[in-house]
Amino acid sequence: MIQVQNLTKRYGDHTAIEDVTFNVEKGEVLAFLGPNGAGKTTTMRILTGFMPATSGTATIAGHDIFDEPYEVKKRIGYLPESPPLYTEMTVTEYLRFIAKIKGIERKQRAQALTRALERCVLTEVRGRLIGNLSRGYRQRVGLAQALIHDPEVLILDEPTTGLDPKQIIEMRQVIKELAGRHTVILSTHILPEATAVCQRVIIIHEGRIVAVDTPDQLSAQLRQSEKIHLTLKTPQPETADVLKAVPGVLSVFHEPSSDGQVFIVECELGRDLRTELASQAVHHRWGLLELRAVTLSLEDVFLKLTQEEAPEITA
Amino acid sequence: MRSAFAIMEKELRVYFTSPIAYVVTAVFVLITGYLFYSIVLFASSQSLQMMRVQGALPQINLNDLIFRPTFHNMAVILMLTLPLLTMRLLAEEKKIKTIELLLTSPVSLIAIIMGKYLAAMAVFTIMLLFTAYMPLLMGTYGSIQWMPILTGYFGVWLLGGVFIAVGLFASALTENQIIASFVGFGIVLILWLIGWIAQGMSDSPLGPMLAYLSIGEHTENFIKGLTDTQDLVYQASLIVVGLFLTHRVLESQRWK
Ligand SMILES: Nc1ncnc2c1ncn2[C@@H]1O[C@H](COP(=O)(O)OP(=O)(O)OP(=O)(O)O)[C@@H](O)[C@H]1O
Ligand SMILES: [Mg+2]
Repeated sequence: MIQVQNLTKRYGDHTAIEDVTFNVEKGEVLAFLGPNGAGKTTTMRILTGFMPATSGTATIAGHDIFDEPYEVKKRIGYLPESPPLYTEMTVTEYLRFIAKIKGIERKQRAQALTRALERCVLTEVRGRLIGNLSRGYRQRVGLAQALIHDPEVLILDEPTTGLDPKQIIEMRQVIKELAGRHTVILSTHILPEATAVCQRVIIIHEGRIVAVDTPDQLSAQLRQSEKIHLTLKTPQPETADVLKAVPGVLSVFHEPSSDGQVFIVECELGRDLRTELASQAVHHRWGLLELRAVTLSLEDVFLKLTQEEAPEITA
Repeated sequence: MRSAFAIMEKELRVYFTSPIAYVVTAVFVLITGYLFYSIVLFASSQSLQMMRVQGALPQINLNDLIFRPTFHNMAVILMLTLPLLTMRLLAEEKKIKTIELLLTSPVSLIAIIMGKYLAAMAVFTIMLLFTAYMPLLMGTYGSIQWMPILTGYFGVWLLGGVFIAVGLFASALTENQIIASFVGFGIVLILWLIGWIAQGMSDSPLGPMLAYLSIGEHTENFIKGLTDTQDLVYQASLIVVGLFLTHRVLESQRWK
């Protein structure tokens, strides 16, 4: 659906993005993950035709973004970083205007409006001035604006920033429902967001793609060793030594916590020692409270990738 | 074309939901009205005097005596007020980032510019129509020639069209409305002042050339009731140049 090749953008001699290449399948939800200034907005602005790239090409739904900008723009819904709203208009007035400039036929406008209001849960505030709406509602008006012409591709720049936790969950729900019908690219630095709503994550740092994969695969790739988290209620002084003696265990870290003692057991790669550890705990009556394998969270992956700048991990 | 109308409709909605169109119209109508009133008073006292001297009702020309100075006044007041009408048009879109919405919609830059230009022209035309009481009043109580008045109005309307194109261009240059209005006013003032400079240099060959470039020179004929294609071409090309430069500025800002 979206093919991006060697996209580069320079502002003067500052390179905002360099050699960005990726594809997005139809119906997929893809996250751009990266710290401030990574180049997420820049990439999105190029794809939406807001500004041209310095070099590189991109096609959306088979149309080249530089040669056929009009065809591309008809097929894209874009929610910029700051929702582009006219505060002196009511929600309905605003969306009617959008429907017109997006080229929706006169007969279908009323229907498109109703549908957008419903999908973004705006029906109740449709008559209010946008300037008087709360941040969360404004964001939804911004999303309704992107959706109203039922575009094949949706590009959402940080759709959940500035929202309270409840609204974040609602917004993610709305985005999840878009998957399948629409191809979605969204950007975020709220990391769990990528895991919550996306099938694939592109990690971008200082204008370069450092990793492309599913959230699960990314953490699997980066796992250096298997770790097991063990919480015991009544460990004995020799517990650490006993654990260390289990075949395959490399090291044991020990720290107290509020509801008992936590042991982090590091094992050889590819060996799952959970059953052995469990039977040891039961056998010695250490009061087993919790036992689980530790996987790196996306936060860890993210920090690791961006700090080490490990290009060899690029998939 | 359809999208240009959508933009125009939106601009008109903004004009009439914010105070700006009302304030600009009110200021224009009040000041031109006051000046018109003083001109009429002055003209009638003069003709009374002439009647006393000549002992008979003189043949006075209302067109020359009243409407020529009135059109001049209108031109000056438009120069001061129209930049206030145009300053918002693009500067505001850039400031609140809605330009990003317009430029990523399937709408051409030309449609955006035309929509905005036509909206300002519509408001300005309404402003001008509010002064229609002047010829109507004079026509009722005296005898006037209608053709020169219509030509004069057409000249002022064209002049306003140039001011609006210049103002739109100024608005494309900046995010700041105040700066946009000053720049717009500045450019118009320069176009006007060229005429004065030309007068001072009437014996050098540069004089007539500058006079040709001056906007006042080309409005003067219309106000006198004369239609000359040259004047029409001059005003129309200024409008086209203004809109074209607006287009270039917006396009080059995308490439930055
Ligand atoms: N108009 C501009 N002129 C010059 N440099 C710019 C411009 N816009 C962005 N940049 C630079 O390009 C780089 C990428 O910016 P971009 O806005 O794409 O980052 P981002 O990933 O969206 O960041 P954030 O998470 O803060 O939104 C940054 O270093 C930024 O300073
Ligand atoms: Mg950004």
